[in-house]
Amino acid sequence: MSEAIQANQQANRKKGVEFSRRRFMIGAAGAGLAVGVLPLGTRQAAALATPDEVNAWVVIAPDDTVTIRIARSEMGQGTLTGLAQLVAEELECDWERVTTEYPTPRENLVRDRVWKNYATGGSRGIRESHQYVREGGAAARLMLVEAAAARWGVSPGDCSVTKGVISNKKNAKRLSYGAVAADAAKLAPPLEVTLKDPSEWTIAGQPKKRLDTLDKLTGKQIYGADVQLPGMLNAAITACPVMGGTVKSFDAKEAEKAKGVKKVLQVGNNAVAVVADTWWRAQKALKTVKIEWDKGEGAGLDSAEIDRRLTEGLTAQTDLIGNQSGDAQGAIESADRVVEAVYSYPYLNHATMEPQNATARWTEEFCEVWCPTQNGEAAHAAAAAASGLPLEQCDVHKLHLGGGFGRRGAPDYVTQVVLIAKEFPGTPVKLLWSREEDMLQGFYHPVTKARVVAGLDKKGKLKGLHLRISGQSIIAGLMPNRLQNGMDPVTFQALAPQGDHKISYTIPDLLVDHAMRNTHIRPGFWRGVNVNPNAIYMECFMDELAHAAGKDPLKFRLALMEDNPNGRAVLQAVADKSDWKRRKRNKKHLGLSVCYAFGSYVAACAEVSTDADGKVKLERIVAATDPGYAVNPQQAQAQVEGSFVYGLSALLGGACTVKDGAIEQNNFHTYPSMKMAQMPKVETLIMPSGGFWGGVGEPTIAVAAPAVLNAIFAATGKRIREVPISKSDITIA
Amino acid sequence: MATLNINGADVELEFDPDTPLLWVLREQAGLTGTKFGCGIAQCGACTVHVDGQPVRSCVYPAVAVQPTQKITTIEGLSADGDHPVQQAWAELDVPQCGYCQAGMIMAASALLQNKPDPTDQDIDLHMTNICRCGTLQRVRAGIHRAAAIGAAQAAVDDPATGDQLALADSLATEVTL
Repeated sequence: MSEAIQANQQANRKKGVEFSRRRFMIGAAGAGLAVGVLPLGTRQAAALATPDEVNAWVVIAPDDTVTIRIARSEMGQGTLTGLAQLVAEELECDWERVTTEYPTPRENLVRDRVWKNYATGGSRGIRESHQYVREGGAAARLMLVEAAAARWGVSPGDCSVTKGVISNKKNAKRLSYGAVAADAAKLAPPLEVTLKDPSEWTIAGQPKKRLDTLDKLTGKQIYGADVQLPGMLNAAITACPVMGGTVKSFDAKEAEKAKGVKKVLQVGNNAVAVVADTWWRAQKALKTVKIEWDKGEGAGLDSAEIDRRLTEGLTAQTDLIGNQSGDAQGAIESADRVVEAVYSYPYLNHATMEPQNATARWTEEFCEVWCPTQNGEAAHAAAAAASGLPLEQCDVHKLHLGGGFGRRGAPDYVTQVVLIAKEFPGTPVKLLWSREEDMLQGFYHPVTKARVVAGLDKKGKLKGLHLRISGQSIIAGLMPNRLQNGMDPVTFQALAPQGDHKISYTIPDLLVDHAMRNTHIRPGFWRGVNVNPNAIYMECFMDELAHAAGKDPLKFRLALMEDNPNGRAVLQAVADKSDWKRRKRNKKHLGLSVCYAFGSYVAACAEVSTDADGKVKLERIVAATDPGYAVNPQQAQAQVEGSFVYGLSALLGGACTVKDGAIEQNNFHTYPSMKMAQMPKVETLIMPSGGFWGGVGEPTIAVAAPAVLNAIFAATGKRIREVPISKSDITIA
Repeated sequence: MATLNINGADVELEFDPDTPLLWVLREQAGLTGTKFGCGIAQCGACTVHVDGQPVRSCVYPAVAVQPTQKITTIEGLSADGDHPVQQAWAELDVPQCGYCQAGMIMAASALLQNKPDPTDQDIDLHMTNICRCGTLQRVRAGIHRAAAIGAAQAAVDDPATGDQLALADSLATEVTL
């Protein structure tokens, strides 16, 4: 073996070790621990602060390196960099010296949840932690200044800070943060901090480069799938393809004889795993295991039957009312003209590029997990439950995620790996799902249909609107105890009477209700969640209404948005930037969409063209976002561009269907993702108007699809009301 | 036991004859920069070069690689992470989660090797990798930027054709995000 490869292998092994060690070192006072299970006493000590920890958020080394602790997970959305910018802004450190680390969920537990919520979803990473992370940075700055002032025997008011260097105004002396960090750590934290006004920001609000890019360009970034630990075994798994089904029996004679195989075992009640020396051998052997399933209640269900159930729900009685004002039915009945349309939105798999995986090492004393997760604390709880050990005797080492999009909030794969690792006490086991397993064992974007009915008066003015959603509830499927009087509030995202998913329009006679129709297919939070279908239902229908009324779709919307100035501003901005007014003269086929979601105002104007064969090409989308504050505008832009690829992949052809109770699409050949050639040019307008904190990762995804569908109507005169487009007679070039 | 030339070095590796190159790289050679995405050559996360040409290593049998053929992985694309594609990617902050990016970078560098100044149509045709985060727009911009960096480096490396104005021109190419 060449030296280069050996060195690489060693480096990779060392990374595994160091990763583990570094996590221990956060609190273990540099006990010089090798990888291995620590005695419990040492682990408890790990909860205590290190000498250079100024506070929970900020660690400053003598060489002035600033380590900022990040509780939320980085899955590509840029939260890691954004949160670090917010801390660094208040800390007034040198941004060039900033690095980050994840405190473990166990450290959070032992330290009384000093880092608060680890959950990373719902575009909450920044909008729900900006206050306390900035306060953490500001408090650390005050302590560092106080330590320097004490050393000089002056008052903190006589000191100023520039880029991590404290100056004594009286005598021009200077001390770097690194020189006083150990002193500062001994001080009591300030009782009060004053945060900067965002207008004073110099680090936050700037288009800083991401902190996590370089290792992603050279192969050095270690994802969960890449974890290597000494003596590690590899596991492949297959669960019952019909959700709710179980293992009846399995015959592993052939697999057990295969080279490298250590064990074939049932995992939980619904899966079989093969553990081998390498993953390739484990996966190959798994294919030879003959499993008999009890497919359970979901067996036999297919998409046609689900569609029938949802169609029935479109006109069924329901008392699940999400938004009501005035008398929609009466207004529609007395209208001069009634417009009606039915729309459908399919199941979708998250299809993170990195398939689900986790690594665990279990002993009777301690269970340790390395995994990509959007919710470290949920992964920790899952590890504890599966290991049979208390939370204090388990920990989770988070790695950057190879995509999340909502899938990795659920710790099902953590439960599996711990159950497997229990069979090999002291030996680490890595579980990696095949793409096929990942496609069939998802938490799917729920399937819904909507019937929208509205009345127009003689002048084409909207009189009343009823939007009925029929379909699956995420909350009923995942956390039924959170239903509110049987109702799932998440169903009404972007259609709600108030909150961060408030409807964009003022419609005096309005009814939005839900006929809940659940199936055995496990629903989940899929980037944008129910804003994806709801924006299509509302925004495509608005376009239909405007055309029925003979009005300009822009003006028709604006007339209903007098109480929504921020929404008007983003909509007007995309229209202006797209030259909406002159679209007919310029022979441009444009479509509009506007929405308020995850606390941000968003709008899009899509442009499509048609070729001689009638094929439609997505040319361009202008998108505007007002998130209140944009902590990193170029990363906000990246989120808009990226969310369009994700959302439009679903619009064009990436849908999941059900046959014999199982999801049919098992890899990217049947579940296509948008390719370069289909990608429209995206122009992003970031319009932070201040005064509120909105999300960025998800809101805009929802406006892409309706804007494109409305542009397709402008180009072809055809209304596509069923997603994906591949089911229609329109072909996308 | 077979000999493979990986990133410029001959290595002796032992693997089952049906093992795809991807898993030999990841599990036998310890090079985890090359990613597993789909296993059926659909997503391109596993792209490596064999004699400079991009191959999807998840379906490429390791035994099919001759000892004389040169395999290049993301770890061996450049000594210091300074290949024009890597420079361009850093400049434009291309990666999001980054999981597909090794494959993207290997596909892009192979494209530039064959076509030093690709058009958008060339990029559409040759860049078929999947990115679920949706970095496609920056990948396109990154390839154009890398072409400019590559042209500038070529001009420096070859003074005979090193027209200083052309050099200044290509370095000044602004790629807007």
